[in-house]
Amino acid sequence: MSDEPLLELDRLSAHYVTGRGTRVVKAVDEVSLSLRAGETLGVVGESGSGKTTLALAILRLLPTAAQIVSAAMRFDGEDLLAMSPVEMRRIRGKRIAMILQDPMASLNPLFSVGDQVGEPLRVHENASRRSAWERAGALLRSVKIPAAGQRLREYPHQMSGGMRQRIVGAIAISCEPRLLIADEPTTSLDVTIQAQYLKLLRDIQREHGLALIFITHNLGIVARMCDSVAVMYAGRVIESGPVRRIFNSPIHPYTRALIESIPRLGEGPERLTAIDGQPPDLASLPVGCSFQARCPRVMDHCREEAPPAFDIATDHNARCWLARP
Amino acid sequence: MSVSPAPASPSPVAALPVPRRVAAFRTEGFPMLPIAILVTLALLAIFAELIAPHNPEIGSLGQRFKPPAWIAGGSTQHLLGTDHIGRDVMSRLIFGARVSMMVGFMAVIIAGVLGSALGILSGYLGGWVDQVIMRLTDTWLALPALTFAIFLAAIVGPSEWNIVIILGAVYWTRYARVIRGEVLSLKERDFVRLAIVAGCSKWTIMRRHLLPNVANTAIVLATLMLGVVIVSEAALSFLGVGVPPPKPAWGLMLADGKKGLMAGYWWLTVFPGVCIVLMVLAANLLGDWLRVKLDPQLRQL
Amino acid sequence: MTILLEADKLTKHFALRRGLFRSDPGAVRAVDGVSFSIEAGRTLGVVGESGCGKSTTAKLVLKLEEPTAGEIRFEGRALHTLNADGLRQYRRSVQAVFQDPFASLNPRMRVDSIIAEPLITNEKIDKRQARDRVGKLLDMVGLPARSADLFPHEFSGGQRQRIAIARALALSPKLVVLDEPVSALDVSIRAQILNLLVDLQRDLGLAYLFIAHDLAAVAHMSHTIAVMYLGQLVEYGPAKTVASDPKHPYTQALFSAALPSHPDESRDEIILTGEVPSPVNPPSGCRFHPRCPHVMPRCAPEVPKLRTAFGRETACHLYE
Repeated sequence: MSDEPLLELDRLSAHYVTGRGTRVVKAVDEVSLSLRAGETLGVVGESGSGKTTLALAILRLLPTAAQIVSAAMRFDGEDLLAMSPVEMRRIRGKRIAMILQDPMASLNPLFSVGDQVGEPLRVHENASRRSAWERAGALLRSVKIPAAGQRLREYPHQMSGGMRQRIVGAIAISCEPRLLIADEPTTSLDVTIQAQYLKLLRDIQREHGLALIFITHNLGIVARMCDSVAVMYAGRVIESGPVRRIFNSPIHPYTRALIESIPRLGEGPERLTAIDGQPPDLASLPVGCSFQARCPRVMDHCREEAPPAFDIATDHNARCWLARP
Repeated sequence: MSVSPAPASPSPVAALPVPRRVAAFRTEGFPMLPIAILVTLALLAIFAELIAPHNPEIGSLGQRFKPPAWIAGGSTQHLLGTDHIGRDVMSRLIFGARVSMMVGFMAVIIAGVLGSALGILSGYLGGWVDQVIMRLTDTWLALPALTFAIFLAAIVGPSEWNIVIILGAVYWTRYARVIRGEVLSLKERDFVRLAIVAGCSKWTIMRRHLLPNVANTAIVLATLMLGVVIVSEAALSFLGVGVPPPKPAWGLMLADGKKGLMAGYWWLTVFPGVCIVLMVLAANLLGDWLRVKLDPQLRQL
Repeated sequence: MTILLEADKLTKHFALRRGLFRSDPGAVRAVDGVSFSIEAGRTLGVVGESGCGKSTTAKLVLKLEEPTAGEIRFEGRALHTLNADGLRQYRRSVQAVFQDPFASLNPRMRVDSIIAEPLITNEKIDKRQARDRVGKLLDMVGLPARSADLFPHEFSGGQRQRIAIARALALSPKLVVLDEPVSALDVSIRAQILNLLVDLQRDLGLAYLFIAHDLAAVAHMSHTIAVMYLGQLVEYGPAKTVASDPKHPYTQALFSAALPSHPDESRDEIILTGEVPSPVNPPSGCRFHPRCPHVMPRCAPEVPKLRTAFGRETACHLYE
């Protein structure tokens, strides 16, 4: 494994211009991230934070209304922004794969499981129908689906949520991608099924040397699964770093409040730390730091100028005036 | 109260809290054309006496079959020509608008009220009420609407009000079906459950919670049904069981004009036909636009 | 502590429609012989996964469904013996807050009508009194007074949930059923609402039936925890006891599967095999036996009874 980052985003922005040019929604704003092979990065944010838009932007799956601007977006050394649609298509599903939240929506109800799991193989590797079918069976076994041979002939509606999500996982790893982006894959699953699934993802990652971007609103998943974490708010990454550092010494008040607002099993304080107010409206962000209305430690300067990302330690940075040296 | 110090204020609301329905009309895609057509026709209908140049029911035989003004033989006295009794076509069209709109709107309202009420009862109460109403709907729907209308008209005799009632009675089923479907899904919604938990009676729930929420669907359906009803009225009149002569109705004009078609008196059928098409088209376009405008907003809510 | 509500061997089966060729259509055994009690001013937390019957239990308590067997007693009186007057009394004492803040409020009604609806339905009060009360309730849940004139769609999810809570409090109920009250909310808003609920309980002496799948939230809010699996109670006892030292293998798996709050928080990883079975044809004997890491020969044929062990009740052959 080389030390070169597998994925590198340098000031990636995705802006939607609507209302005949009058409103600009900065769904993703100046996001810089890097990920090495075999690493797991957690992207944490709530609704409206831009995390899903970020995932779609990497794969260039955003609608044409979104203008992607980036200093650089490199995958395995190649510039993703410079690629033609044909070249991007060869990357999607083969070298970068994606798993979405709702497995029922990800699977076509009209096609058998075998057809769907084998589809990337037929598309990317020109596999024959028969060989794709056989390899699909092997893939189902590798995601621990019992009676794989029989399952191939079945249809998505005949399976439970957990099993469907595994099938989606099998489709994702079928062409041995190097990067897997998982967008809230366990949100719709029961707790024990989620535990099974997360273990499966970890096993797959170890076996295939996959890099994993895990998009979630749940810090618990980050605590269990991730090596590093990026916290997003109103389209920007407001803090990022190795997971232990972030949990032990969060700098940005939002990160800190998020961590403290989670009820803890075992002992926990009587009252949870709550964050006042509501997530912001992306179409009308205030001047200065977008967290100012809810920040317990807001200063005058925060209302005037948006903070840049300050380096706190190796790999740990935060967009907060409190971090200014 | 020791909750978070600054109570959250509601998320940014546009300058004034404009009711959703009005706000809808301010956005792009406002259907100028359909509204213009319908408003024009409505004005013609209301002010027919002032606008129409001649009496629509009395004509002079000496002026029969005069072509429209721009054709040789026509005169500006009768811009759109005259029919086989010498009546002015344009005046008949203008007065005919009144009949068509009146019949159209009233029939749609009757069908809508009846159908929506039955749909709500059927959907919410379920059980045998639902069964009875649905079987009734099924049998009613199985009857060919027009044939049934003709049958009824033949029994009760033609008159404007009879036609309104007949058409209302024929077309309520479409409403009942659609509204019932909506109520079936609405009644599973949490706010209905909570109303039960709050102790509301079945009637209160139907009136306060279900009715306003199906209103949008009913309105959209109404605009779409308007087209159907107007064509039906025209068909009934065409077949002689609609609005009785000499009252001008577009369908009746079509029927009368048919005789003159072979002889080349095209204006007797074309103009009423165009009017029917315009009104139905306008109603349908409006209905389509309303459907798009009102529904996604409801879903957003 | 006074017992407010008691469920006694509560059972609810939903009959499946008889197919053309099926002789015995079977039933969905959603809730099967569940007994619990809720004390005044305290919270009973119910946890379990899909198909465990917790939502059906909530509906039974709210009288949105009638039990197939067993009964619920409120302040000593069995629900099925209530006449119209008694039922009205019951509805005043027991209210609910549901999961989806977008579906809980009638989009066509203004907030003051929504909150006042229980009042108008159950009491003879005039407009001004209703308006006053609505104002007080809005204040109680931390919303500004002018919220009363607005429509639900003008509020965010967390604010709507506050409106739903205000409405639930309108009749000064004794028990509020909270069915996943914060699951649909953003993480940063959840703590706000949970804090509000705790404060209201303390200030108004409310009892809660708190249903959620977020174990930590339930453990945080509850005085007693009931763990359900496939329609039955598998463990039932004081919250701290059950959460810190679960005894039933399913509870252990459930709590070990709960996500940590810190990367260094280690927990025995108990990964269950298989899927959550459907309540249509539950396994024989102990319903958990096909997935249990400690299964014994007697687990398949013999149904374990709920017995006291280690300071809580649990239904497991390991503890007999």
